Amino acid sequence: MKRAGRRIFGTLGYHTGLCLLCLVMIYPILWLAGSSFKPAGEIWTRVYSLIPRVPTFDNYVNGWKGFGGVSFAVYYRNTIFYATVGTLAAIVSSSIVAFGFARIDFPLKNVWFACMIATLMLPAQVSIIPQYIMFNKIGWINSYFPLIVPRLFGQAFFIFMIMQFIRGIPRELDEAADIDGCGRGGTFFRIILPLLKPAMFTAAIFSFYWTWSDFLAPLIYLNNPKIYTISLALRSFSDPGGLTDWGAIFAMSFLSLVPVLALFVAFQRYLVQGIASTGIKG
Amino acid sequence: MHHAVSPRKRTEAIQGYLFISPWLFGFFALTLIPTLVSLYLSFTDYDLLSAPVWTGLDNFKKMFTDDPRYWKSVWATFYYAVAAVPLRLFMALLVALALNTKRHGMAFYRALTYAPSIIGDSVAVAVMWRQLFGGDGLINGLLALVGLPSKTAWLGDPRFAIWTLILLAAWQFGSSMLIFLAGLKQIPEELYESASIDGASGPRRFFSITLPMLTPVILFNLVMQTINGLIVFTPALIITSGKPLDTTNFYALYLYRRAFESFQMGYGSGMAWVLLAAASALTLVIFKTSSRWVFYASDRGGEG
Repeated sequence: MKRAGRRIFGTLGYHTGLCLLCLVMIYPILWLAGSSFKPAGEIWTRVYSLIPRVPTFDNYVNGWKGFGGVSFAVYYRNTIFYATVGTLAAIVSSSIVAFGFARIDFPLKNVWFACMIATLMLPAQVSIIPQYIMFNKIGWINSYFPLIVPRLFGQAFFIFMIMQFIRGIPRELDEAADIDGCGRGGTFFRIILPLLKPAMFTAAIFSFYWTWSDFLAPLIYLNNPKIYTISLALRSFSDPGGLTDWGAIFAMSFLSLVPVLALFVAFQRYLVQGIASTGIKG
Repeated sequence: MHHAVSPRKRTEAIQGYLFISPWLFGFFALTLIPTLVSLYLSFTDYDLLSAPVWTGLDNFKKMFTDDPRYWKSVWATFYYAVAAVPLRLFMALLVALALNTKRHGMAFYRALTYAPSIIGDSVAVAVMWRQLFGGDGLINGLLALVGLPSKTAWLGDPRFAIWTLILLAAWQFGSSMLIFLAGLKQIPEELYESASIDGASGPRRFFSITLPMLTPVILFNLVMQTINGLIVFTPALIITSGKPLDTTNFYALYLYRRAFESFQMGYGSGMAWVLLAAASALTLVIFKTSSRWVFYASDRGGEG
């Protein structure tokens, strides 16, 4: 009896502790969501409350207007474009490269593979200045080319992640396809690629997240508000120098997190697997 | 004397290079050559408008001996990385251990503790964080609610500002937690069983089985996160904009300001190369010393 009592007590303590931790973890997000529905007078007077007394959509209406005559609809369109095209470019190219590294033997393969892993640890700051100079020379500043074109050459993190997945596919499949006269290209497109869907999907979700919230590259390359991403818009919007309608800023900030959180709720399982399979997060 | 290369091997080689060619091109055009160009630029004065002017070691001389803001940024970054990375990994390990059970609700807890990691790098969260720690922000509001001093200017006080950023990093322990959780699940059950039979206590089991088996994963995360800690940028720009008194003017932020606000591309490149040297040295040191404190399960081939 005593032992059973202790176990119930232990279970209770376990769940209480974890629930408290979870509450602390998501409290800021709930607070942001709650504040975005509070009227201007209420945001800072009852700052700790999560539920507005008089809920209002005004913040969303005002925020959506944006600033300088450019509405958030434009920023959303730009960001959706960047995140989808950038993701597509990164995932397709990374899959092709991953297949080469995982399945074909060629001279110097180990050298190139080591170089690729090294780029995972290379701080982006080292190449960003010459890249900027180069893209400036070819007139790509204030366009999405410098943001998207580099993704066409594969991204080390995704190449590595997809490689890990390909290694789990039995080699007999390749060999059988080889005997059937598929050739390398055929093997890749007809046998491996269909099997890669879960890995590509996982990589795509990560890529979408990172592109969606990417900040440094847009900050450097995009100076025209008409082509701003949401990240840049939020930054200008909340600039201490400008007039600060905090309700509107909270509303637009929370709105920008909604797609990410929705994807997370829907595809959590894939993300957990993706992180577990690589052992790293970029 | 030349080796006879079979036609099959030759087509393999061609096909291999064809498949990796996108990456190979990108590696040369966007990584290797730019890295070397930035080494060259670090010995010049270059403002984008006129041609680079060779100045030898002047940038480095100025950086090391004549730029107090540079050293402040080095110190701030060091302080941040040394506090934030262990804190984050410690939280990750603690929660991973708590979640490594078959109890109900585990998936739910895992999702909620991981959620901050996926949004944590965004400008939206940085904007939110600034208001959490603002003068009338949530933290002071909660402190007032329980009757504690609530007038602290968290972001304006040089003692506290950097800690708001460290807390933001710790808040995002989720992805490390998932990695540790995956590592914990790979520790063979038999190890614990035999330890139980030998009468090893809980803490004893943790220090002699769990921790040693997990060290390769911890090591790798320590390296990656420290490097990421050295280049932290967005929160410092949005939440504190490097203030107060440059206490959060992190290396990457200062580099950005020199290169892209003052257009001192030479000075910025020099800073970038010092960063590269620091990151490489750090990686090397951690891996070299790892044999002393990392346990690789040698009889479980292909692990790690």
